[in-house]
Amino acid sequence: MLLHTINKSPLVNNALSTCLRMAKDGSGILFIEDGVYGALTGTEITAVVEKAMKTKKVYALEPDVKARGVQDRVIKGVQLVDYSGFVDLTTEYDKVESWL
Amino acid sequence: MADEMMEPGGGGVTKKFLYVNRKAPYGTIYALESLEVVLIGAAFEQDVSMIFADDGIYQLKKGQDTTASDMKNFSPTYRALEMYDVEKLYVEKESMDARGLTPDDLVVPVEVKTAAELGDLMENQDVILSF
Repeated sequence: MLLHTINKSPLVNNALSTCLRMAKDGSGILFIEDGVYGALTGTEITAVVEKAMKTKKVYALEPDVKARGVQDRVIKGVQLVDYSGFVDLTTEYDKVESWL
Repeated sequence: MADEMMEPGGGGVTKKFLYVNRKAPYGTIYALESLEVVLIGAAFEQDVSMIFADDGIYQLKKGQDTTASDMKNFSPTYRALEMYDVEKLYVEKESMDARGLTPDDLVVPVEVKTAAELGDLMENQDVILSF
């Protein structure tokens, strides 16, 4: 299974929607950098992410979440990871696809 | 062993490389850089596949003419990929439909696959590089 990283805000970049079209059930989605805006409640793509969470594991890089001051609105069930956890994920999944 | 891998055509390890192209050709450098890396991988006799999705499909659009914009038209290079045994070129059906394009609009023969089919293809690779 693949770990997909998303590093651009899904509100302005379609990488997440294309990723979700192609990603298999059971794969992982990790939001990093500006991608973390995709892991928040109350946005126009929240519902898309919540739907994806039913079949895929969703993570967000906590240092990037905190840097942007949005730690109070992360979608419930999104697993926050630190840098060390990021490394662990890259070993737990078979491969990483870094969407740009 | 390491020497073999570093030498083009040296008969080292062959891996399945997938290049995912999602950017239009001239606005950013991604498309040209991808093409260069693909050619390098092919020179090392790796098993190369390419996916074109989203605006990446426009990299293959026929009729590109950069003479008036003073940029290099690199679209003919896609036709040379065949000589490097890079023949597995896939375009995403959903992206083609969204842009009103058909394989006849493209400079090279491609195989149209759905997003789900491309997802299977991704799982079946050793290395995935995104551009």
